[in-house]
Amino acid sequence: MKRKLLSALVTAAFALGAGASQAQISDGVIKIGVLNDMSGLYADLTGPGSVVAARLAVEDFGAAKKGMKVEIVSADHQNKPDVGSNIARTWYDVDKVDVIVDVPTSSVALAVSQVTRDKGKAFLVSGAAASDLTGKACSPNTIHWTYDTWMLANGTGSAIVKTGGDSWFFLTADYAFGHALERDTEAVVLKNGGKVVGKVRHPFPGSDFSSFLLQAQSSKAKIIGLANAGGDTINSIKQAAEFGIVKGGQNLAGLLVFLTDIKALGLPTAQGLIFTETFYWDMNDASREFTKRFSAQAPRNNYPTMIHAGVYSAVLHYLKAIEAGKTDDGTKVIAKMKEMPTDDPLFGKGTVRADGRKIHPAYLVEVKKPAESKGPWDLYKIRATIPADQAFRPMAEGGCPLVK
Amino acid sequence: MEIFGIPSQALFGQLLIGLINGSFYALLSLGLAVIFGLLNIINFTHGAQYMLGAFCAYFLLNRFGIGYWWSLLFAPLVVGALGIVIERLMLSKLYKLDHLYGLLLTFGLALVIQGLFRNEFGSSGLPYQIPDQLQGAQNLGFMFLPNYRAWVIAASVVVCLATWFIIERTKLGAYLRAATENAPLVQAFGINVPRMITLTYGFGVALAALAGVMAAPIYQVSPNMGADLIIVVFAVVVIGGMGSIMGSILTGFGLGVIEGLTKVFYPEASSTVIFIIMAIVLLLKPAGLFGTQK
Repeated sequence: MKRKLLSALVTAAFALGAGASQAQISDGVIKIGVLNDMSGLYADLTGPGSVVAARLAVEDFGAAKKGMKVEIVSADHQNKPDVGSNIARTWYDVDKVDVIVDVPTSSVALAVSQVTRDKGKAFLVSGAAASDLTGKACSPNTIHWTYDTWMLANGTGSAIVKTGGDSWFFLTADYAFGHALERDTEAVVLKNGGKVVGKVRHPFPGSDFSSFLLQAQSSKAKIIGLANAGGDTINSIKQAAEFGIVKGGQNLAGLLVFLTDIKALGLPTAQGLIFTETFYWDMNDASREFTKRFSAQAPRNNYPTMIHAGVYSAVLHYLKAIEAGKTDDGTKVIAKMKEMPTDDPLFGKGTVRADGRKIHPAYLVEVKKPAESKGPWDLYKIRATIPADQAFRPMAEGGCPLVK
Repeated sequence: MEIFGIPSQALFGQLLIGLINGSFYALLSLGLAVIFGLLNIINFTHGAQYMLGAFCAYFLLNRFGIGYWWSLLFAPLVVGALGIVIERLMLSKLYKLDHLYGLLLTFGLALVIQGLFRNEFGSSGLPYQIPDQLQGAQNLGFMFLPNYRAWVIAASVVVCLATWFIIERTKLGAYLRAATENAPLVQAFGINVPRMITLTYGFGVALAALAGVMAAPIYQVSPNMGADLIIVVFAVVVIGGMGSIMGSILTGFGLGVIEGLTKVFYPEASSTVIFIIMAIVLLLKPAGLFGTQK
């Protein structure tokens, strides 16, 4: 019933949105659709913040000065593939949206990628993680921007196995993303000589993880790998502390953790966690400057997560490619984006590979102890940098049909 | 020793965990059952009120320095008072109409309250620490039981039984039950029925808030915490029999255990098992396990 009501509301919201924008629509308008979780467990790490990031990119590109008309629309996909692909279809067919960006929740992203390919539009993934987006499900219309499960597994997994964490138990969110993250991490663990002693798949989204943590505890694995994200990771970590998992000698590996998760957990609970990110606000002057502007417009003055940074970087490069290629045809813009090197203040210089993988460095970070933190958002130490050429899965191993 | 391939020790642990989750189901479904049984209102705001209880505890701690123990008292009072305002201003206008109107109103209120909180506090939630006295855990041999969870089971059993006792075994409870059967008659005996109904709603809401305070240290204090739970709790009430006090308590604990076991044997189904049971119960016994057909 709730769902019925919500979808009625969404439809109503669309009707309004469409009415308002139709009047201005012409072929001269570039319309960017930010599609993500605006209200659920991923809303803080993607959500309205991604709309802010897209807006900043349009501003920094100087669209107005260059005489380009750029419009941004947004919607909530509620982490449901059917809702997400319906919105994508409506956007492409009715609202003349040219590109969809962000889209956390891999199951939704895979669906939207298919719709985008069918319609010949462009899709810039920042929020979703499954490495399949540039592997067997790769598409000439999709670029996977910020991070992926292979990169997380490679960064966090191998660092942990090399420091002695050689037996693993996985706590996995039961959908495409969790499965991909578990699969990619397991491969890294095995490759580095570790073993996997067990795994359990929890319903998504979940709230009580105690039962699963107890199974992890009795598995005696040295490392409990959390192949989940957002609210699920927060509650897993919190409840693991309650059940004395770390005190009992086991360690947690948060395989996908975001700045906002750590902020929500608080340093006393989160300290010492190690994971991989591709962006941290306090890296350099450019990232701090961006953060200041982002935070001024973001809900609750939050700081940007790597997903927000990725949306900014992707939209900026997209607009540059349109300017250079003089077309907003989805397939052509994506091809142009792959052809041109990327360069932006947040990720530096980089490239987009033929399989749609954006390439940049990754960072192994550690959560600070409460005593080390100098401000409410001073949360990470950067332990190591994984160079761009090693951070992501080599193209040949992905099995992307585009590059065979 | 192994039972169905699971070491019995692990199984005991899971049973206990199931009971802990069941105690939240019981507390919440109890409030719903009280409200439905005595007011005939399907209180869809219950999840939001549970969330408000947790937020109230958070504010008491962070704005006023009032700790967990006092929050157990104050948060239900504050949220219960809010509930009374809702009952007086809105719900009381709907008693004569179909159940559906109350359901729609409370559902709308829940969406509004959750939306406002999400807008203000985001979706990842706010941290709330376990009180110092309940930090740590006991090693029971078959599992590691956090002290706080032990406290949750104990407290919830006490609250549930006390509520049952008040409604089923005291004079006040007798008035309440009589008022649901025949309000004009009870009023003729000089009892202020509208006020009693208002207070009952306030009490049901306070129970939700109490559950919220107890949940705060376990889950994040987050705007969605109630929405995630309320559907399950409704299923519990339906299985137990709408309006049956003891039914909702027993079903709450029972389903917690069944859900816990599902998490061991087939974790993928753990979010659906309760609804499967609900469907079966509705087919076989439409009034619920402990309900009576009116």
